[in-house]
Amino acid sequence: MTVLVIAEHDNASLKGATLNTVTAAVACGAGDVHVLIAGHNAGAAAAAATQIAGVAKVLHADSDTLAHALAENLAAQVLAAQAANGYSHILFAATAIGKNAAPRVAAKLDVAQISEITKIVSADTFERPIYAGNAIATVQSADAVKVITVRATGFDAAAQGNTAPIETTAAAADSGKSAYKGSELAKNDRPELTAAKIIVSGGRALGSSEKFTEVMTPLADKLGAAIGASRAAVDAGYAPNDLQVGQTGKIVAPQLYIAAGISGAIQHLAGMKDSKVIVAINKDPEAPIFSVADYGLEADLFAAVPELVKSL
Amino acid sequence: MKVLVAVKRVVDYNVKVRVKSDGTGVDIANVKMSMNPFDEIAVEEAVRLKEKGVVTEVIAVSCGVSQCQETLRTAMAIGADRAILVESADELQPLAVAKLLAALVAKEQPGLVILGKQAIDDDANQVGQMLAALTDLPQATFASKVEIAEGKATVTREIDGGLETLALSLPAVVTTDLRLNEPRYVTLPNIMKAKKKPLETVTPAALGVDVAPRLKTVKVSEPAGRKAGIKVPDVATLVDKLKNEAKVI
Repeated sequence: MTVLVIAEHDNASLKGATLNTVTAAVACGAGDVHVLIAGHNAGAAAAAATQIAGVAKVLHADSDTLAHALAENLAAQVLAAQAANGYSHILFAATAIGKNAAPRVAAKLDVAQISEITKIVSADTFERPIYAGNAIATVQSADAVKVITVRATGFDAAAQGNTAPIETTAAAADSGKSAYKGSELAKNDRPELTAAKIIVSGGRALGSSEKFTEVMTPLADKLGAAIGASRAAVDAGYAPNDLQVGQTGKIVAPQLYIAAGISGAIQHLAGMKDSKVIVAINKDPEAPIFSVADYGLEADLFAAVPELVKSL
Repeated sequence: MKVLVAVKRVVDYNVKVRVKSDGTGVDIANVKMSMNPFDEIAVEEAVRLKEKGVVTEVIAVSCGVSQCQETLRTAMAIGADRAILVESADELQPLAVAKLLAALVAKEQPGLVILGKQAIDDDANQVGQMLAALTDLPQATFASKVEIAEGKATVTREIDGGLETLALSLPAVVTTDLRLNEPRYVTLPNIMKAKKKPLETVTPAALGVDVAPRLKTVKVSEPAGRKAGIKVPDVATLVDKLKNEAKVI
């Protein structure tokens, strides 16, 4: 029995979530772990994958049709690997790419998918949050192949130090039904939210997109932190959607999470409560965020955050 | 062109669910039920496409217990023209729902299927993608903008780190993200009108779909709690604690 991990990468480098997914793959206890790199000119990403501890083999499929991880083509590539090697488990990171392609693979194999697992109980039994993290379901799969998305915060990153062999495989045919037209990626030198060691997050109390930037950016700069936002702040247009931390946004677990002007709706808490240290700055003493914060500061964020920047 | 929209009846998003003490699930007896918020966005988008003249008919579909009729009436009050309930008292998991929808796609031949990206009860985020796979249609998940022109759908998607635009041949499957639109308030006259719109009921058996669950829920438990820490009086104390106690900066 072998486990397949679909690597998350940008062709040039591996994304951090791949390492957590490999740890989950090893924990399935089903034997060897293979990593699939499906991309275009992705040799560097494949080389990086060979160094992950616990990986027995890297499968590398390279084609311009795989450049942008289109769900149709990526799923076809995974199905080709499955047909060739008969995996017992197929694991994707629960990222935009993984969540997009994994159910396609599961449906084609006529098996259930187990979404966003946070713990592996045994080779067929997994824990996953439901109802925005208000409950944890333990589910057991009766299917021969387990197609899974892995929530990165539930598993440690796999260590480096390996020289796994690379096997080049043929690229699956293009579906011809969908085409990549372009992307607008936020350009900044900040760490990515899901990989950041420190996150500073702003809520609706910021009041406007100008204030959000004016207050949160200096703090993030000072700490070398990523910037996050509550759903309320995103809904109000103060911050772009890709900064949203919460059950329907990004799930994060940094070393330090600073929430400024965030009341702490359950759907936000679901996205950040696994952070190592949580700081809440809020002028409402009853704000639910204080019930999960290690350090709570009851203060007006417009005074407290600039003061914090000065004293760091 | 017809559009099929899938809607799910879920516990209202304002309700804080409680885990049952015997660990068999969450307590949803006497709890307010509503349309899944992402599905409401899907219905709104379909109705806007009709108002723009791109679409001729909007068909709302729900799979589940007979009370899902209420959810379908809400969809029709937003503006769907007719509704289909695939009635089943059994637990319907995402793969089963995708198969039921695939059977309806084969029957109705819509040019576009719009679904919410995930339901707020099981948080699976699967049905749209599974439906696309079963029907061999292209997909655009997590949509924040949809444009239909010249037999193609151009969809902007919310991805990690920003936005991505895809062009899909039609028919296609689209799943909605939060910022695609803001659903309208349903007005009383439209609620009254919706009561007269046609609602057809079918069964999984009539569609030839086996809905037996593939996943067994072994138990449902409360998430591990996190203890509240301490309140600090001022910024200086906070910085001191972070530096010397937590040692995170």
